[in-house]
Amino acid sequence: MIAPAHDHHDQPSSFEVRVLRQAGPGEPSHWERHQITYEPNLNVISVLQKIAAQATTADGKDTTPVAWDCNCLEEVCGACTMLVNGQTRQACSALVDKLLADDPSGIELAPMSKFPVLRDLVVDRARMFRALERVHAWIEVDGYGDRGAGPRESQEGQEFRYPLSECMTCGCCVEACPQYAKVELTKHVDETDEQFEKRQEQAYDESFLGAAAISQAMLFNEHPTGHMNAGERLEALMAPGGLQVCGNAQNCVSVCPKEIPLTTSIAKAGRQTTWHAFKRLFDR
Amino acid sequence: MAEQRVLVVGGGLAGLAAAMKLAELGIPVDLMSLTPVKRSHSVCAQGGINSVNELTRQQGDSEYLHFDDTVYGGDFLQHQPPVKEMADWAPRIIDLMDRLGVPFNRTPEGFRDQRRFGGTLYKRTAFAGATTGQQLLYALDEQVRRWHAGGMIAIYEGWDFLSPVLDDDGRCRGAIAQNLVSMEIRSFPADAVILATGGCGLIYGRSTMSMACTGSAASRCSKAGVKYANGEFIQVHPTAIPGADKLRLMSESARGEGGRVWVPRKPQDSREPGEISEGERYYFLEERYPKYGNLVPRDIATREIFNVCVNEGLSVEADRQCVYLDLTHISREELDRKLGGILHIYEKFQGVDPREEPMKIFPAVHYSMGGMWADYERTVEGGLVLGSPRNHQTNVPGLYAIGECDYQYHGGNRLGANSLLSCIFTGLFVAPSVQNMMGSLSSSAHDEKYDTLHRGQRAVRQLEHDNLLKREGGRENPYVIHQELGDVMTKAATVVRDNDQLKDAIEKVNELGERIENCSLSDTGNWTNQNVMFTKALRDMFPIAKAILQGALARDECRGAHYKPKFTMPGVEADDPAERRRQAEAWCDAFEEKNRKWLKTTIASFDKEGEPTLSYEEVDTSIIPPRPRLYGLVGAEVIEEVWKGRQANRNGSANGQSEPAPATAAATS
Repeated sequence: MIAPAHDHHDQPSSFEVRVLRQAGPGEPSHWERHQITYEPNLNVISVLQKIAAQATTADGKDTTPVAWDCNCLEEVCGACTMLVNGQTRQACSALVDKLLADDPSGIELAPMSKFPVLRDLVVDRARMFRALERVHAWIEVDGYGDRGAGPRESQEGQEFRYPLSECMTCGCCVEACPQYAKVELTKHVDETDEQFEKRQEQAYDESFLGAAAISQAMLFNEHPTGHMNAGERLEALMAPGGLQVCGNAQNCVSVCPKEIPLTTSIAKAGRQTTWHAFKRLFDR
Repeated sequence: MAEQRVLVVGGGLAGLAAAMKLAELGIPVDLMSLTPVKRSHSVCAQGGINSVNELTRQQGDSEYLHFDDTVYGGDFLQHQPPVKEMADWAPRIIDLMDRLGVPFNRTPEGFRDQRRFGGTLYKRTAFAGATTGQQLLYALDEQVRRWHAGGMIAIYEGWDFLSPVLDDDGRCRGAIAQNLVSMEIRSFPADAVILATGGCGLIYGRSTMSMACTGSAASRCSKAGVKYANGEFIQVHPTAIPGADKLRLMSESARGEGGRVWVPRKPQDSREPGEISEGERYYFLEERYPKYGNLVPRDIATREIFNVCVNEGLSVEADRQCVYLDLTHISREELDRKLGGILHIYEKFQGVDPREEPMKIFPAVHYSMGGMWADYERTVEGGLVLGSPRNHQTNVPGLYAIGECDYQYHGGNRLGANSLLSCIFTGLFVAPSVQNMMGSLSSSAHDEKYDTLHRGQRAVRQLEHDNLLKREGGRENPYVIHQELGDVMTKAATVVRDNDQLKDAIEKVNELGERIENCSLSDTGNWTNQNVMFTKALRDMFPIAKAILQGALARDECRGAHYKPKFTMPGVEADDPAERRRQAEAWCDAFEEKNRKWLKTTIASFDKEGEPTLSYEEVDTSIIPPRPRLYGLVGAEVIEEVWKGRQANRNGSANGQSEPAPATAAATS
């Protein structure tokens, strides 16, 4: 995890970056090569900034800047997730010195494979936010007037919830998940944006929730107020595309940049849904 | 009349708080944001959120003292009623966020834990690890999602605000925006538009701010006539890690939890920091400010770090300016529990474990105290009238500004952990004001009679966009111009300011502003064209950049973050007590004179080309009279004494009069 960013004497004067480019949804993709002048302490974001400023490929041809998503550049917003040398991670915390030390032949950048590509490295992760809506990932407070403090909480309670609450919906967990299949629809010519969005939401709602949303359900079920609506979340986890789709590959937990105990959440969700199913059986 | 709706632009803490509160009031909201709202810049806030609490209250703290610390910290440049109102609301706001499920750190008994932050002697700051902004943002994001599921809030993520739509009477009736993916330009009719678009750090090239913080939305409003206030007040945070793409914040909470700032007494001592003994270390903040120590306000800490490196030559490294921020004396367990988030950032980006080795840090541009001018209505007691349509309305009726993009709360310098508070407070507080304003309207912006207006304004933006794509540009590269702009601004308008340098910078920025018109786009397509959107944002950095530089050039004084060595206060250096006293009197005279002249809000108004003209507004300091801002600086005690004497005399003589003397009245004989 820690990059030795001190020794630069054996670094090349420049290095190659290969970017998988795609002009728009449904368009073919192709690799484009760029040659970047080496400087110490670069990250993949500054490499992409250099590519944009250069505006020419390694072969000297004019090119458009690569499109990519980013915002905070300190691995807390989740925007810049992509495949760096085949691994799903945030571009901002992907340090060039470390990448070149692991593979001196250069750096390969590709968009996440589980989401529709909008352009180049920009993908549409609306499905993940939709999943948060499916599992009711919120606390049902009465309102926003003054009703004093929230419930008291033990340090253990806070220390359980806080790591789960650090999830930035970046998508690494679902990118690495063998059960999370890409859902990509094509907009019909006669369809309005709103109609297309509705159709997409329906498709998302039938597909797998993924580890991030399951873990969020556990986060809110664990909160004393959130617990009052635990049943709703468990129903969502038991519906088609829910918890039962998980194949227990455990890839999610190993790629999570925030080291969130996702498999622990999934196991917990398994226990809670089992109890919930029993209760439902006897309540009939 | 069609249904009335509100457009909220920006999905950070302020925008989300406003959206959810409006939804609760039964008002349908369109929420627009450049990024998915969960990725807004508020996630970068680390340290915490301030309010008086049960424990500080028992030590004598109160809402009033929080208010006092905030205006003292801001060097008295804020209108006091909004600040007083915010401090009064603070405890209730933290309670609310607690109810929304924010995982605030807890004491062993299960209460919310607090830590101390800069510019106060009380532990007022509630926190969730070192990612408090992220946690607060997520809680609001979750509530907004709940309203979205219920149909009250429509979310437009990936849209860039291009301009407000003003009718013939100058009232705002909505906005024009562009989709970042499809490049579609459309109008969003709205009966109120609330701007919650954050700061403008990208004008400085690299800063601690996120890539969305271009200030372009504020700039686009300024071209439509919205005034911009106190632009020159830019906070430079004392502790950040320099990087090629960004300057990453190292939270003030590191010092709040006991972190110490120091340099070796021997210039560029080549030994490892652990081998340098206590006596050989210069804890310059603790030595100079024993009362506040490492937690002096940010403007002061930044100047001291700058001074120790640049003027005293004591930078830790010879070829790079930096000082140590040392946490190594604190237990790993405690550090991980309270500061985990920032330690991870340092570790990931620097490759060094800050639990083992002191961090190397240097100041970086961090926050815009200035912003769009916004109104308020005060009560007799000095607070704000709840629900007054004037609260947070800009000088354009129907257009509101909240959060970092307004100018109201932080004056000349913002205290740490007050920004999360001001963002959530303004978001919640503006909602009933907007509701009442809309109640007074006899139409809806969705009525047919406004169709022509919206179509016309949309067509103007479309034409601008098409022309930009078609333009036969020169060979100017927008990314290079941005870099040059950042260099000019960072050199001239950050920690130390000098009039010759500012004049020079204004010229250079004017030139860059002309060169931007000769930019050639390397992408002329009409699908997810980040090149053209960046060029538009860059072009719109210039009005605000000019307002910052001109405001700084005009303001010949030192106040908060605005520091001009040629206009500092006279020294108090004599050893002889009588002479020392005389010097302190002279100091206080100069202080009063300076307030008479400069205790004023800078207001920039812009023409259609974005060229600013400055004027000034009196500051409402009617509740807490301005006083010298010394923070117990060693050697300055005599100034405090003289000042207190003058205040006592003034109060004595004011008692006999029908009206209290103005706060800045001369008291010299």
